Amino acid sequence: MNAITKDRSDTLAPFGTRLDGVTDPVRKAAIGALHRSGLPDRRVEEWRYTSLRFLSETPLAAPAEVYDAGQIQAQLENLGLSTGPLADLPRLVFVNGRYAEPFSVLPAEVKVSFFAKTQTFGSLSAPDRDPLTALNAALASDGAQLHVPAGKNGGDVLLVSLGQTDTPVSFHPRHSVTLDEGAQLTLISIQAGQGRYLHNPVLEISVAAEANLKHVTLQTEGQDAACLATTYAQVAERGTYDSFVLGLGAALSRQEIHARLAAPFATVHVNGAQMLGGKQIGDVTSVITHAAPDCISRQTVRNVLDGHARGVFQGKVFVDRVAQKTDGYQMNQALLLSENAEIDAKPELEIYADDVKCSHGATVGALDDDQLFYLRSRGVPDAEARQILIHAFMDEALGLIEDETARALCTQMLARSFPVAGESA
Amino acid sequence: MPAVTETREAVEKLGQSSYKWGFETDIDMDVAPKGLNEDTIRLISARKEEPEWLLEWRLAAYRAWLKTTEPEWAKVSYPPIDYQDLHYYAAPKKKPGPKSLEEVDPELLRTYEKLGIPLHEQAMLAGVELPEGETARPPVAVDAVFDSVSVVTTFRKTLEEAGVIFCPISEAVRDYPDLVRKYLGSVVPAGDNFYAALNSAVFTDGSFVFVPKGVRCPMELSTYFRINAKNTGQFERTLIVVEDGASVSYLEGCTAPMRDENQLHAAVVELVAMEDASIKYSTVQNWYPGDENGRGGIYNFVTKRGACRGARSKISWTQVETGSAITWKYPSCILQGEGSVGEFYSVAVTNNHQQADTGTKMIHIGRNTRSTIIAKTISAGHSDSTYRGLVRVLPKASGARNFTQCDSLLIGDQCGAHTVPYIENRNMGARIEHEATTSKISEDQLFYCRQRGLSEEDAVGLIVNGFCRDVLKELPMEFAVEAQKLLQISLEGSVG
Repeated sequence: MNAITKDRSDTLAPFGTRLDGVTDPVRKAAIGALHRSGLPDRRVEEWRYTSLRFLSETPLAAPAEVYDAGQIQAQLENLGLSTGPLADLPRLVFVNGRYAEPFSVLPAEVKVSFFAKTQTFGSLSAPDRDPLTALNAALASDGAQLHVPAGKNGGDVLLVSLGQTDTPVSFHPRHSVTLDEGAQLTLISIQAGQGRYLHNPVLEISVAAEANLKHVTLQTEGQDAACLATTYAQVAERGTYDSFVLGLGAALSRQEIHARLAAPFATVHVNGAQMLGGKQIGDVTSVITHAAPDCISRQTVRNVLDGHARGVFQGKVFVDRVAQKTDGYQMNQALLLSENAEIDAKPELEIYADDVKCSHGATVGALDDDQLFYLRSRGVPDAEARQILIHAFMDEALGLIEDETARALCTQMLARSFPVAGESA
Repeated sequence: MPAVTETREAVEKLGQSSYKWGFETDIDMDVAPKGLNEDTIRLISARKEEPEWLLEWRLAAYRAWLKTTEPEWAKVSYPPIDYQDLHYYAAPKKKPGPKSLEEVDPELLRTYEKLGIPLHEQAMLAGVELPEGETARPPVAVDAVFDSVSVVTTFRKTLEEAGVIFCPISEAVRDYPDLVRKYLGSVVPAGDNFYAALNSAVFTDGSFVFVPKGVRCPMELSTYFRINAKNTGQFERTLIVVEDGASVSYLEGCTAPMRDENQLHAAVVELVAMEDASIKYSTVQNWYPGDENGRGGIYNFVTKRGACRGARSKISWTQVETGSAITWKYPSCILQGEGSVGEFYSVAVTNNHQQADTGTKMIHIGRNTRSTIIAKTISAGHSDSTYRGLVRVLPKASGARNFTQCDSLLIGDQCGAHTVPYIENRNMGARIEHEATTSKISEDQLFYCRQRGLSEEDAVGLIVNGFCRDVLKELPMEFAVEAQKLLQISLEGSVG
């Protein structure tokens, strides 16, 4: 086929010479894969709804090492991280993909090291298959490596990534989180920034037996930014990985999560919500692999789309032949507030075991007329009634966040990006 | 568990003999040399005494085909097909054109008799030869297609009196060239996809139906396709045009002999429904599925599409897919007319090494268009079955409504069942609902049936029939009976 035989290296032009002269074998292999695949276009099935043309328009340089501390401080304040309940939490702050020590507070029960020092690529990611992971492997320069020893509770930890640039740049942090047997951690990832940049993080997560990781990602990147994040999680026997992604920012975003239930009685939750307007494109893609029997997966993703925004949901549940007694559930719902908004959804079940209980559902529609009428007949003005219904729709999704601190943060940030009342009436 | 032993025995007993349509008919054939090039197309066109425009249309399609590539996105795998190693034309030798049933080669008629196809109008009307347990059926007009050509079409006189044209498409090209020229390729363009382009280049026969304004077709129309000759591909083309306020119900059935080799079947079906028109298209697809080791069987790569052009028009696809080694088929509806309705009811059963990737596309273009998709998938043995469906709502389709339900049943732990819906909505006033489940046969249901003395096989048959009921009830009566039997036969020996 044309798409395969054609040399796709030209799609890498925005990165210029940054991909040349690499000697590290892992990076070299990744660059090789990248040259073969190029950046994906919409002919690639996994990318049929999300175009990366946004990236090809401008050269993306490596970010400068210096940054404006005042602006970073202002960003942290804007995110509510300087005062209030979040101010006291341990935090690892990255600016343009590099660890920023002055703004960070190391956690007590969690061992922390950095990719810049140890440079270890984990074994969970698939740079051969996922071009954006290959791009990360090729260009990663720093990242947090968190390790919670057996039986310890790491508490709440913030992982904050801030972009701050005047010229177009890209940064590719490489994070990892390892929970030993019976360990616990609540990780709150915050992705934010100012300027035109590509944030392309890869996060590898390993949850050992009986361990429990709660992971909430708040994506509120700058309006000119692209955030293409990939997470790989592996969960061992009776372990739990509970993930929630809230997408609010960025011109183009994709949160891609690969979760693998590797041993019996493991559980994953891959929940999320997006609220988009303007010309935003937000993509939530997940692949949940049941590789062992008796595992549970749950997924609920809700989209609210206004303006010319486009929401994408691709959710695949793969059940291996050995994964008998799998219990999988997936729900995707979208609310369209404007005539120009669009939702593309592709919930997918690929099942090779017979004794399973898997289902998925998807609904798309506008606000319910009956519900609106109910509120209006009780004297609630139209605009307010709409707000109430949208709030209710999103609240149900946010209710899936177990950690209260994280939920409060998400609720607060969501309220800020609410569409202007009555605009779409 | 004794049931397992029972099943094993049943499986061993079955073997190849389970495909009872696997006989071959020995008939004098007129076969084109192997290979595909412009000369082959000219030969087909000449044999069929076609007008110049059709030859040109075929050649254009062939040139388009050369530029397209075989689709690879479906979840099926098979060794590459050598398109030059096929005969593109095979016809029973002509003893100057059969005018009536009496002139048709008796060997052929015996074949259709074995298939249980009611060609003999007289016998049917008299109500004789009814299988046990059935009451008298309304007459059905049949067009029987043997390899590349249509051998006989029944009830034509009755239909003509009503104004309905029902004939082989090759005859339609001769007798109604304007109609054919106007609609052929208007729903599935010649270069639409790889297989459609191939079909457009080399199609040999198929049925043509035209129901004029306000006419309700007085009887069910039916086509039976049979691939018989070795090394041939069958490329039939069906075109159904229903004018304002008219309606028709059309049935399609197909079988092929058992062979070790794979045979290609690449059909195109085009439906056109004008204002207030309705078309019901039912298929029972029972091509030879290959043996229990996955040897042989038909590759069924079919493009079926209907256009609801007029307001309030309706197209309903019902399919029961039990045969073929590989099925690649997505009967679709383009809902242009305001308030038009598309329906897709499907049962797909795969056993042994069969692979099926089938589903539908509902394209909502007009306002207040509605579509319903009910897909039931049953996988057994080592087979793989995929539902792949698209619901697309375009910006002007305010008030569009779609409901989709896909249920998969897995029988045995060596098979796979997959669901891949695509939902694309660009209109805030549209409502789309999709739900899908995958499970095995409920232990409770099985226990309940076993407790009441049913054997495991019978219990599974009963449960599967219940599982498919929503679809089977959409079939015309005589087809529903056949389909139920087929389901049972297809799944025999798969329980355990």
